[in-house]
Amino acid sequence: MAKRLQKALLLLAVAAMLPVSLYGCTGDTGASPSDPPAANTDELPQEKNSVTVGIAQDLDTLDPHKAASAGVSEVLFNLYEGLVKVNAEGGVSGAVASDYTISEDKTVYTFTLREGVTFHNGAPVTMDDVLYSLKRCAGSENDGVPLISAFSDVTDISAVDDTHVAVTLSKPSLEFLYSMTAAIIPQGSGDTIATNPVGTGPFAFQSYTPQESLVAKRYDGYWGTPAYLEEVTFRIISSAETMVMSLKSGVLDMVIHLPNTMAAEVKEGFTVHEDTMKLVQALYLNNAVKPLDDVRVRQAMYYAIDVNEIIEFVCNGAGVATGTSMYPAHTKYFLPELATAYQKNLDKARELLAQAGYPDGFALTITVPGNYEQHVQTAQVLEQQLGQVGIQVTIQTVEWESWVSDVYRGREYMATVCGIAADDMTAREMLVRYVSDGRKNFINFNDPDYDKAVAQAIASTDDQAQTECYLEAERILNEQAASLWIQDLCDLVVMRPELEGFTFYRTYVLDMSTIRYQ
Amino acid sequence: MVKTLAKRMGLLLLTLLLVTVLAFLAFSIIPGDPTSSILGVDATPEQVAVLREQLGLDLPIWQRYWNWLSQAFAGDLGTSYNFRMPVGQLMAPKMSATLLLAALSFVLIVVISIPLGILSARHAGGWLDRVVTVADQVTMSIPNFVVGIALTYLFGLVLRWFEPGSYTSATRDLAEQLRYLIFPALAVALPRSAMTVKMLRGSILSEMGQDYIRTAYSKGNSQSSVLWRHVLRNAMIPVVTFLAMAIADIVAGSIVVEQVFAVPGLGQLLISSIGNRDYPVVQAIVVLVAAVVVVCNFAADLLYRVMDPRLKGR
Repeated sequence: MAKRLQKALLLLAVAAMLPVSLYGCTGDTGASPSDPPAANTDELPQEKNSVTVGIAQDLDTLDPHKAASAGVSEVLFNLYEGLVKVNAEGGVSGAVASDYTISEDKTVYTFTLREGVTFHNGAPVTMDDVLYSLKRCAGSENDGVPLISAFSDVTDISAVDDTHVAVTLSKPSLEFLYSMTAAIIPQGSGDTIATNPVGTGPFAFQSYTPQESLVAKRYDGYWGTPAYLEEVTFRIISSAETMVMSLKSGVLDMVIHLPNTMAAEVKEGFTVHEDTMKLVQALYLNNAVKPLDDVRVRQAMYYAIDVNEIIEFVCNGAGVATGTSMYPAHTKYFLPELATAYQKNLDKARELLAQAGYPDGFALTITVPGNYEQHVQTAQVLEQQLGQVGIQVTIQTVEWESWVSDVYRGREYMATVCGIAADDMTAREMLVRYVSDGRKNFINFNDPDYDKAVAQAIASTDDQAQTECYLEAERILNEQAASLWIQDLCDLVVMRPELEGFTFYRTYVLDMSTIRYQ
Repeated sequence: MVKTLAKRMGLLLLTLLLVTVLAFLAFSIIPGDPTSSILGVDATPEQVAVLREQLGLDLPIWQRYWNWLSQAFAGDLGTSYNFRMPVGQLMAPKMSATLLLAALSFVLIVVISIPLGILSARHAGGWLDRVVTVADQVTMSIPNFVVGIALTYLFGLVLRWFEPGSYTSATRDLAEQLRYLIFPALAVALPRSAMTVKMLRGSILSEMGQDYIRTAYSKGNSQSSVLWRHVLRNAMIPVVTFLAMAIADIVAGSIVVEQVFAVPGLGQLLISSIGNRDYPVVQAIVVLVAAVVVVCNFAADLLYRVMDPRLKGR
């Protein structure tokens, strides 16, 4: 009798062991050659000269020409360089090219290759590598479809002589220079670059394990100022709570883009750098649907809300009000007065609504991507604020991909809260999208004056005149209340107090080469 | 018995096949496709078209399913859209972490709940029983991830028994891995253990009231001999079934807890792959989890037969 019980318990024990034995089988395959050698973590040098950075977003591709998200680009900045690279002041400086000239009509860009630049594999950068890389960006390995959109205007890429390369555009552009930050990679490495990144940057790729980490070592053959740190590990940790705990336990030395909700956790014992995220958060309105097609309704909504209250609630006051589609990091284009153009005024809001034929308000659905807590919170504050003038808000939380396909691409929505950043980080990107036939004009904004101002800006070859046109476009977006522009959200970088040398760039860049131990 | 087994095996395979079809269909219904996470939301229609062709997304759904199925049968799970590496290679290290975590959780549940359940039933109404019952109620009502955060805080930051976030698949040493995983395993195991204790206690107490127990006592058996030889044998039947079924839950619980303890397991991979619409990866994980569930149910069934003689031959 008792035997049967024994047998059952034995079987149970076997069942308990089953996953363990399965583990035994798979454990071996886990030891892929791409894993970092144990020495990296076990035998740290006497004086620690490495840093582990916590990042929330996984690095889905290491191919610099295919990296679409800002979270990936900012890490790859340390591995790759273009002919030019962005600098902390928001401009560009020479990298693989030592110098450049732009033709009078702004259509031909000529670059002088720098002497003595080598790839991480030790090979010198040649004209062939440069031509290969630029042509790849223009689509040579993608059925002619450019990997980087700005390259669709490129008509010719050719070597002038051994050290000069010329890029010709179909129409004049002042901003194309920013696209020349596109990485230079070894000739013919297109198929392997994603798994075996080889660039010319201050750090050389060591290993990458999906959803875990990327390890990079200082490249001693670097042409420029060498990095201070010997090794940098980017650890991918998606949960903000875990990120903070890992920071406190010493596993992480530094964390970037820490959500503001966690700020209080790291107040003591860490250095906190505060900046903004270089994007514009707004209640984006679909200008093509009723009643939002009426400018009075949009203005009434702008008067009904209190932007500062949102910033206080969502960012503990650390965000910066924008008032238009431009963020403060673009100092040249930022107009602070627009941020205060609409002061909360409920009477005026009701009056405008009445004029437009909605004295009792209307029903408004705000669609929010649920993975962004800050946008959801903003929508909740807006619900309260708009309710004061009779606008009944329904918040519809959707998953990110649904948001992309229905709201952003499909334009089937009424209003949405999200943050819009510029693809290539130029001021132009923040404005060009809202021309009436713009491919990215997801708010269906339609204003002839605006189209004219932007067209003039693009065609302009004079910097001063161009800037004036863009500023005019920004004013129109504000006057027309094309959307309810709210703020540039706050961005936190937290690190151990011994670390110094960190600088915020005006764009999405995390420059690890200047960071050092005191 | 053999016939029953063969039938069950057939059913098992059919279930798995059905799961793959459903997973495939689900993905064709929900909005969005993998191109936006690969190319960014602002990709041009030309870029999207080229990529869709490269990934084979331009084919009709039945054809994509057939391609996937025939490749899967040949042992090729395809290539991840996002990571551009073979799904098998991507999953292997993650799978080992998750399965190790699940196994450890299961062992913990058994080790914690069976002695506690027996003790608690044996001293029903006593102080120990009352303490256990209250602890049970509390543990059962706290979700896994909250337990996880509390454990990380206590053992990671206050007591410093482990370094939160230090686990990587490069942590080769099994002992070291287990040392780290014991904490997430505890987070997974606690709520489950509480349920098992409650169930075992109830099961034992109801058996205690049966006629055959009175008979056993009247034959002069001591209390412990009655408990071990008569009561437990019957009381364990529902519990064993419950435990076997709980394995599916443990795997699900591991997926949540992995996030809290930054264990690079299947959970994080699954969540991000669903978000990115990385079909081949999701498909493979769904099949794997479904297989674990189906196999565990099958094992529960077998155990049932072994333990309960009345089911023999059926």
